[in-house]
Amino acid sequence: MSTPPRDNTDLIAGLFLMATGVFFGWQALGLELGTSLRMGPGYFPLVLSALLVVIGLVVLIKAFGREGEPLGQIAWRGMMFILPAPVFFGLTVRGLGFVPALFVTTLIASQASVRMRPLPALALSVAVTILATLVFSYGLGLPFRRFGPWLPF
Amino acid sequence: MDLLSNLALGFGVATSLANLAFCLIGVILGTLIGVLPGIGATATIAMLLPITFQLEPVSSLIMLAGIYYGAQYGGSTTAILINMPGESSSAVTAIDGYQMARKGRAGTALATAAIGSFFAGTVATFLVAIFAPPLTAVALKFGAAEYFSLMVMGLVMSVALAHGSVLKALGMVVLGLLLGLVGTDIYTGAPRFTMGITQFSDGLNFVAVAVGVFGIAEILRNLEDEHDREVMTRTINRLFPTREELRAMIGPILRGTGIGSVLGILPGGGAILASFASYTVEKKLSRTPEEFGHGALAGVAGPESANNAGAQTSFIPLLTLGIPANPVMALMIGAMIIQGIVPGPNVVTEQPELFWGIVASMWIGNLMLVVLNLPLIGLWVKLLTVPYFVLFPIIMAMCSIGVYSVASNPYDLFAVAFFGLLGYVLSKLRCEPAPLLLGFVLGPLLEENLRRAMILSRGDPTTFVTRPISLGLLLASLAVLALVFLPQIRKRRDEVFTETDA
Repeated sequence: MSTPPRDNTDLIAGLFLMATGVFFGWQALGLELGTSLRMGPGYFPLVLSALLVVIGLVVLIKAFGREGEPLGQIAWRGMMFILPAPVFFGLTVRGLGFVPALFVTTLIASQASVRMRPLPALALSVAVTILATLVFSYGLGLPFRRFGPWLPF
Repeated sequence: MDLLSNLALGFGVATSLANLAFCLIGVILGTLIGVLPGIGATATIAMLLPITFQLEPVSSLIMLAGIYYGAQYGGSTTAILINMPGESSSAVTAIDGYQMARKGRAGTALATAAIGSFFAGTVATFLVAIFAPPLTAVALKFGAAEYFSLMVMGLVMSVALAHGSVLKALGMVVLGLLLGLVGTDIYTGAPRFTMGITQFSDGLNFVAVAVGVFGIAEILRNLEDEHDREVMTRTINRLFPTREELRAMIGPILRGTGIGSVLGILPGGGAILASFASYTVEKKLSRTPEEFGHGALAGVAGPESANNAGAQTSFIPLLTLGIPANPVMALMIGAMIIQGIVPGPNVVTEQPELFWGIVASMWIGNLMLVVLNLPLIGLWVKLLTVPYFVLFPIIMAMCSIGVYSVASNPYDLFAVAFFGLLGYVLSKLRCEPAPLLLGFVLGPLLEENLRRAMILSRGDPTTFVTRPISLGLLLASLAVLALVFLPQIRKRRDEVFTETDA
């Protein structure tokens, strides 16, 4: 059995654009639309959302009837460790303070590569933390607390 | 003469010890990050942008400009040495530059790129100085309708010059515009698309979006497939070109500069087009076209000059109209706004030191690049041998500090993660991030001018076509859009981009 050819990448891209358009459009409907003379806060976004849905639809339709390139490898491990790193920094920079927050952030990020061994990762994080503290906190004088209120000292 | 006294003012500002130092630091940092494989100029600037915020407006923009040139040169270095261009504009350099390196002429290729860039930069700086002031006079006559139409044209051009599907690029522009509208509505104060998070009422942080979509997405892409790179280190020959080689590069450099200067002014990313156009011209004019693709000197000299000239002249629309010509200029606008400068025609008259200081620092930055890079090339090559898994945790740490330092807002860091994911998903779906960023920056401006124009015309939408300048701009964008959808041009455009990919 042969399935009709379709470009899966564009299929997903089309659906993604349409979904985004619908989401923004739905949100915009909750805003005052106004008239074209005095446009309300919802007018321009609604027009754009509609446009996005149309574009997504055309991308979707054109995805059928031709073969596309495969998606390729996906950096699952990368996503698992790279994306939480800034989130962790944001959550703890005030409570733990700049130094410990940065140390853990670097440590988390370093785990994204399969090639990184535990000991070098630790050494790298220490080095980055010391250098960054010297440059940003002491050198540039950015107003970060080096150790935050969550720590006993 | 006006021009001379203005340039003197500019050089006075740019050569102050502090500004020279910032320019130098910018060039070094830019090159340092720019040579990291796979990271192009846009990602480099997005990552380093926050460092400049603590400085005064002039110094910060001078440093940023330095970062830009440095990043671009760093990108060419990686293109030549490991055939890994970070950005499509240096992809053309990689074609012949890498072949030269494989034949043991890496030193010559690097020197050619540096000399070509410096010459093109010098000429283009003068062009900016000559053409920017009269253009601001025109720009001052622009009303809301003209601005709206001009931005539409800029966005359309960015779509036309984007890699891959025109339709998806169009979708990216619209998505960018929508993301730009997140925050408080300027006329009514109503919060829009903030999900009830008050921290987003000032809009999404521009730096967070740029770092996420360009920087983090780039890192994730590089982590997909970790393999060893072949660095052309042992084979770097003498740097200084022979008299013969110098003579051979004069023509390509001159032509490249001309092509780049003209195309760089176009809104929507002329530098990519410029380097490709120059490559095509050199190949056509060459007595030995078969050498191209196998290490032709002209194939490095021409595109590199064109690329750099275009990078320089793309400051013209930014400084005169406040319209970014490419994602890098969009980053510049973001930086200016954070510094409290409203980009546009008023910058020249109200802040002449700023304007001329930047113009002068462009040239100084280019000079520093040549002086610095030729002797430091050994160091950059060493950097290329540092394994990637050591580099990216450092980059992540810098990004986190940088983004947080802008507004001390933890939500900006959550936004970085979100936009990093979005950027990665989009790149997997083969959607170009450049039009998205351009849309994001222009979104609020576009809406504001649209609403103002409609109020001024008492709700009559024909205002956009009855005002001649506005009509001209709209017709031009319509023509561009029609062209890219024409089957013949489309085929040609596909060929262009496939050849650059090769």
